[in-house]
Order: sequence, then structure tokens, then C-alpha cells
Amino acid sequence: MALPSESITINLGPQHPSTHGVFRIRVTLDGEVIQDIEPIFGYLHRGTEKLAEERTYTQIVTLTDRLDYTSSMINNQAYVMATEKLAGLEVPERAQYLRVLTAELQRVASHLMGIGFFLQDLGAMGTPLMYCFRERERILDLFEMICGARVTVSYMRPGGVTQEPPPEFWPALKELLSEFPHYIDELERLILENEIVVARTKGVGLLPRELAIDSSISGPNLRASGVAWDLRKADPYDVYGRMDFDIPVGSNGDSYDRFLVRVMEIHQSLRIVEQCVQQIPDGPIRSEVPYFFRPPPGDAYAHVEASKGELGFYLVSDGGIAPYRCKIRAPSFINLTALTEMLLGWKVADLMVIFGSLDVNMGEVDR
Amino acid sequence: MESSFDKNALFANLNDIFLDLLPESLSWMAYLGTGLTIILIMVNAVLMLTAFGTYMERRVLGRFQTRLGPNRVGPFGLLQPLADLLKLITKEDLRPESADKITFFLAPVLMVTSMLVVVAVVPFGKDSFLADLNIGVLYLVGIPTIATVSMFLGGWGSGNRFALLGAARAVAMLISYEVPMIVSLAGILILAGSMSLVDVVQAQQIPFILLQPIAFFVFLVSASAEMNRSPFDLMEAESELTAGFHTEFSGMRFGLLQLAEFGEVVVTSAILATLFLRGWENPFIPADWQQVLPPQLWLIGKMLFFMLIFTWIRATLPRMRIDQVMAFAWKVLFPLALINMFVTAALVVAWPDPTYTQLWIMVGVNWAVAIGCLTGYTLSRGRHRQKPTESVRLVQIPAEVN
Amino acid sequence: MTTQLQGEAVGQQLQGAFPDAVTSWGDGDVRVQPDSIVDICRYLRDTPDLAMDYLSSITGVDYVESFEVVYHLTSLTHNHSVVLKTTLYGRDDVELPSVINVWKGADLQEREVWDLMGIGFTGHPNMKRILTWEGFPGHPLRKDHLGG
Repeated sequence: MALPSESITINLGPQHPSTHGVFRIRVTLDGEVIQDIEPIFGYLHRGTEKLAEERTYTQIVTLTDRLDYTSSMINNQAYVMATEKLAGLEVPERAQYLRVLTAELQRVASHLMGIGFFLQDLGAMGTPLMYCFRERERILDLFEMICGARVTVSYMRPGGVTQEPPPEFWPALKELLSEFPHYIDELERLILENEIVVARTKGVGLLPRELAIDSSISGPNLRASGVAWDLRKADPYDVYGRMDFDIPVGSNGDSYDRFLVRVMEIHQSLRIVEQCVQQIPDGPIRSEVPYFFRPPPGDAYAHVEASKGELGFYLVSDGGIAPYRCKIRAPSFINLTALTEMLLGWKVADLMVIFGSLDVNMGEVDR
Repeated sequence: MESSFDKNALFANLNDIFLDLLPESLSWMAYLGTGLTIILIMVNAVLMLTAFGTYMERRVLGRFQTRLGPNRVGPFGLLQPLADLLKLITKEDLRPESADKITFFLAPVLMVTSMLVVVAVVPFGKDSFLADLNIGVLYLVGIPTIATVSMFLGGWGSGNRFALLGAARAVAMLISYEVPMIVSLAGILILAGSMSLVDVVQAQQIPFILLQPIAFFVFLVSASAEMNRSPFDLMEAESELTAGFHTEFSGMRFGLLQLAEFGEVVVTSAILATLFLRGWENPFIPADWQQVLPPQLWLIGKMLFFMLIFTWIRATLPRMRIDQVMAFAWKVLFPLALINMFVTAALVVAWPDPTYTQLWIMVGVNWAVAIGCLTGYTLSRGRHRQKPTESVRLVQIPAEVN
Repeated sequence: MTTQLQGEAVGQQLQGAFPDAVTSWGDGDVRVQPDSIVDICRYLRDTPDLAMDYLSSITGVDYVESFEVVYHLTSLTHNHSVVLKTTLYGRDDVELPSVINVWKGADLQEREVWDLMGIGFTGHPNMKRILTWEGFPGHPLRKDHLGG
């Protein structure tokens, strides 16, 4: 006999312990099973694209820090690359190396945060999160050394980077590089084969390859679904073409693969940093670019492989000192396209796991 | 009743003092006064231990998580529980409009009461206990079930859907875990031949943790599920349901719920110490170590040991999903408890009155069974699955030199 | 290196398939008529030598006298990309057919363009505001928003 039952609707967010910012999902539940979801965006909308129309090209760098505030360096890089493409600026080789180096360190920091919060969503009471944060802290210390800021770095400028790293930066970086693999191994031993982690994430929140491509998913989430697509390899920018690294590619497209791809990418990023340290040439760090410059009328689109996926800037110039239009292709935002398909039929406990495994950042989703 | 009253030194001594103080005509009050005094002492002792337990838990968690934990209030942060209490008492006590007045009020009260009442049967010295019930073990597993009712009252009564979901999870889970918990105790009862906790302690020539490894494991796991602690903290699942059944509680009502929750850890540690580690006696084999510490301190020491283990588990493991939790109870713990019961029963049939040597043989048999079960379970799990990390491979794309 | 397809080559190929739809082409972009955008997108996706299976982004640009919608398309198969542009005239009730049936990835992006730029997409199943709230006055990325 089937007992009569009715579904209940609950609101997760906008202020919920694990929505990674202010994100709201209205979930319709049948018991514990998700029947329908409606994501509601916009609680962190700051109008970055509109603000950019009122700033000079150099000033916009500070706005990009605040998009995905866990990977400011990569945001800087994407933006300055678009500007350089628009204005036809040259970038000295040393600056390109410094960009790649800081961007990869930032990727490690961002992935550590993603992994930490993912495990927090699994209910691991903060222990793995604190371990991840301990390592991330060291990277932020390096950033403080290099540009005086830890999170909102604003390190890059059209035509190069702001500052030469101080002399004490290089020994500190080498020390970090020698100790970091040990930390990551420790973390891997703790969690990768943990029975509960595997039981909670294997096969949960499947994102099939076709759906991932069709929904414009990018970054680690796309690679976990079995697509070997990494813009650092597919469309090498700065000096990525000279770097020797591999791309982790998943086979199932489940939450565990997405999580594991990030863990493995940390190793690859460290490899790139090591190569940068070996190869970096001497020379200027910024080409001569005036504070106000007027790119010729036209448009340009530049994209980078940010820690969350393909981060693109589409700039339109009308010949003035500020862009006429600055569009941000935010990976976190577009990665949420397939959220409904991934969540339907799973339990409410899985919702947070799947959402956490996508590793989105609300600063970037709402912009 | 009279017999247990006589052999209870604690009762008898206090009763004498009261008899001396009171006039002849009021001697009937001595019994009342004795009882109330002892209850006062006990409740305060448990609450003090609970307060210390919260402090210890937070400090130990801090160590696990490479941070400091509370260290500002008082020496080493020892007064932190007091500060928390003051904060909770001075906070506004909010009750949502949609909440049911009676159940909302009853939930925290019932929960704390059910936690405190359990202490009555825990013996903390050879002749000192509140009550030596001849159904002590049944009382132990029966009374904490009231906490389940209070969780449901709290969850349903607060008129919040998160709370309702948490409450529904609580009832489903706690009732499932009662079963393996009770069955796991059957082995102990067979060995002790009595349900009185005093008898159980005295029956432990060898601590039952050695004689009953499976029972210990099953009881430990079910008890952490009963206390809704990680990895079974589904009903308050911070990252899913905000705070589960106590989402809407604030001020001292919330404080009471937290108190009950930490109190249960203290009480469960006391039960574990009593059932498996010889209670107030020394946990080691040589009997002449008994004199090293007073019995009460032995018990408290063992309680702290188990509290530490619970904190350790909490710091390490992620949370399980509701269906996995239920499957674990019925497919793993329940069969284990049954195996343990049958093996123990068979051993007792073989040696109804075991000598010291025969007890050690029992230890050997039980550990062999435990290790066999563990190996069998691991093998059966491993057969279905490759190494989890194999699903992601590294793709090598040669570098383009430009 | 992702190859930026020449606008001329793609434009001529498209013109062969849809004679009236292509208006002009530039270095890496092709300008098409708004009415035929869905057919052209489906053609770009399904033609084996183009195979534009990945929609990178959809952008709306306000040129005051007209709106421009820009599609950045990528082929993960061939590792090449092309930019598709279409121009819409008018200020109120600007509409364009939705490409959500070609690429699901257009879902949130088209809603964003509607919300911030006020270009409606017909055929989109859930054409609601996304970053601002229902009842927000105007479309903030328009140049004349709040008096410009």
C-alpha cells in the first residue's frame, strides 16, 4: 500500500553553511530525494561589467581581483591578456614567466580551497579544510612578498607585471616547492581512499561527456568528464607552450573524479612552477605602457584556463581610455548550467556534495 | 531495595549523618535528604564533567586541525565553558511563531533529563552508586531512547522544514541503531550472568574489551550514532540541514540541547568504561594495582579516555549518507552483533564456569572471530571495486614550442 | 594553438548553405542575419569540418543605434574557433531566436543577456531575470540605463 505523501520545498541559502557564498537553491523534496531544483543567482551581483565601462584599462585590474577572489592572479592574467590583444602590447619574457608562475601558485591555492570545502561539505568537521588552508597560507605569504597583498593581488598590468619579486622571494619559493609535495601526499593519504569519501562521491552527480560539452562546462569539471581539454595545452598563452606538464582526465564524470582531478592538477601546477623557476630569464618586467592608453577601435577576446575553467574577457574599444564594453565569461557561472540534470534524483545530502564538487565561486557567478 | 541500601556505603554513611542531625520525630526525612544530597552531587559532577568535556573536545579538535582552540578565557582557556554559558543565558530566547509551544518547550528539557537520569545506574565505586537496578543494562539502553522522542518533538515542534527533515532522520536512524546496540550487549549479559551493572563490573576478571571485541566495536559505533556524532551526525548535518532539529532553538534552549549532546558523550563514556573496561576497578590485569587510584578517579580517567576517542573519530571522518548509515546498521553491525552473541553463548555452554585459563582461551577465540569477520568484510568489499584513484589518468600532450 | 578560422572562409561556406543569411565577414568573425541564427548555429555544429560543439560565450553589446550579439564558438574536436555576430535594431522588444536547442550552454548566458542588456530570446523555456531581481527597473548594461 502506498501511503499518501506530499513533497516539501526547502530553501537552501542564500545564507546557508555550505553554499560557498550567497547562493540560493529552492529544492523540492520527496522525502529525502530531490524532485526539482531552482537555482537563484544574483545575491552578490556588483555590476562589475558596468563598473568596468567607467574605469580606465589599468584600473579594471583591481575589479578582476574581486571576481573569483580565490584566484585573483589568474583573473588578472585573463584581463591583461585581453587588453594586450586589444591594444597590441608586447609583454617582456620575464613578465610572462612571472605571470605563469604566480598563476600556477594561485591555481594550487584555489584548488586547495576547492578540495577543502568539498570535504567540509562531506561533513569532515573542518580537519581536511584546515590542512588545506595551512598550505594555502604559505602561498598567500608568497603573494604578500611579491605584491603586498594576499588575496586581492592586482599584480599584473597591461604590458607586464607591477613589481620585480624581492630577493627573499626565490629562496622562500624553493623551500615551498621542496616541502609542498610532502604536504599534498599527506593530504592524499588521509582522504583519497577513505571509505566514506569514496562511498559518498563515487558515481554521485554524474556529468556525462556529451552533456558537459553541450552545457559549455569547462575546467576540471569538463576534464573529469573525460575531455582532455585544457586551454594551457589547447591554446597556449604566455609561456605555457614551453612547459612540460600533463592533464589529469577523469573517466566517470562523478564527484570523485572532479575532486581527484583537482588533487592531481596541484602536482602538475607545481611542476610548472618548478620549470618557471629554472627557465626564468633576466630582463624588464613591463613594457613601456602609459597609464592612460587608447586602444584602437575594435574588439578582442582572450581566455585563460582559470582554476574554475575557461575565463574569458571580451573587450570592445571605441578608442577611448575606458573599454566600451567589458564582458566576462565566468567559468563558475556557466558551470552551473547542468546543475539541474546533475542533481535530480539524488538525495538532499548529495546536493551539497555535487554542488561542492563543481567548485564554484559566487564572486564569479554573480559578478 | 533494603539490601542494596545496606551494602551501599555512600548511602549508609550519609544516612547516618542525617540521622544524627535530625530529631527523632523527623528521622523519616533522613532517607529523603540523603537521596537528594547524592543526586545534587551527582548531577553537578556530571555537569562539571560535561563542561570540561566541551573544553577538552574543542582543544583536542584544535590540535587535530592545526589551530589552537579556546585559550583566552582563564588559564589555558579553562573558563571557556563558563563564558559560553553566560553568553547563552543572556541571549534572547526566540520561539518562532509557527512553533508548537508545548513541544518546543519540552524538547530540551526531556533531552537533558534523559541524559542525566542514565547516570543513576552507573556505579563509580564498589559501594557507591545511586541505584543498583537488577535491570540496569535494560535501563541503560531504554532511557536514552527518550532523547529520540525529544529530538522529534523539537524538530517537528519548531515548524521548520530543516528541523523536520533532521527529526525524521533522527528517528529513522536512532531506532535502527538501537537494535545492534542491544544485541551487542547480549554477549556481556551472558558472560556476566546479570543485568546489574555492579555485577557486570565485578564479573570482569578480564576486561570485557578483551573478551568481547566485536561487542565493543558494535557498541562504540552504535553509541556514536545514538549520540549523533560524526560520522553519523546526519540529523544536524551542518552542511546540509543548517543545524537539523535544533535549527530554531536559541539562547538557553539551544544551550540545553548542546549540554545534552555533550552530556551524552560523558554518560556514554561512563557506560563504555563500566561495561568494557571494568568500571571503577583498574583496567589492567594485575589486581594489586587497584590501590593506585581511588575507584572514582579510575572511572573518570576511563571516561576521559573514551571521550578522547570520540573526539578523535569526530575530527577524522566525513559524514555518511542516510541510506548508507541504515545499510551499515542492518547489514554490518547487526550481523556482527548476532555472530558475537552466538559465539559467546557457545563458549559459555562449553565452559559454564570458566577458570582463568579458560577465560583467556575465550579471549583468543573471540579475537579470532573478530579478525575473521573484519578480513571477510574487507575482502567482500574489495572484490567489487578497483582502486578508487584509477578513474583519473594523466594525459600527456607534448609541449608546443613557440 | 587554437586556430582562429578565417571569417572569409567560414563566411563563404555559410553563404553557400544559407544564401541570404550572411551579411559580411571580418578577420575572425562572420556577421549573420538574426532570423537565421539558429539554423546557422546548427549548421556550424553539425558540419563535420566545422564541428563547433562548444559555445564559449554569448555577449550582448549596446551600440546605442543597434545591439550586437556575439557568439564565441569553439570546436573541441578540431581545436579551432570562430566568432559569430548579429545586429539587432530598435530599443524596445528586441528579440532574437534562442540557440538553447543547439547548445544547452546558452541557457544561463541568454538569461544573463536578457537581464543585463534587455535582448529577449524567443524559444528559451525560462526567460527570466537572473542576476537582478524581478521588477528591477530597466536593463543595467544598456548605455542609456538610468539616463546613461
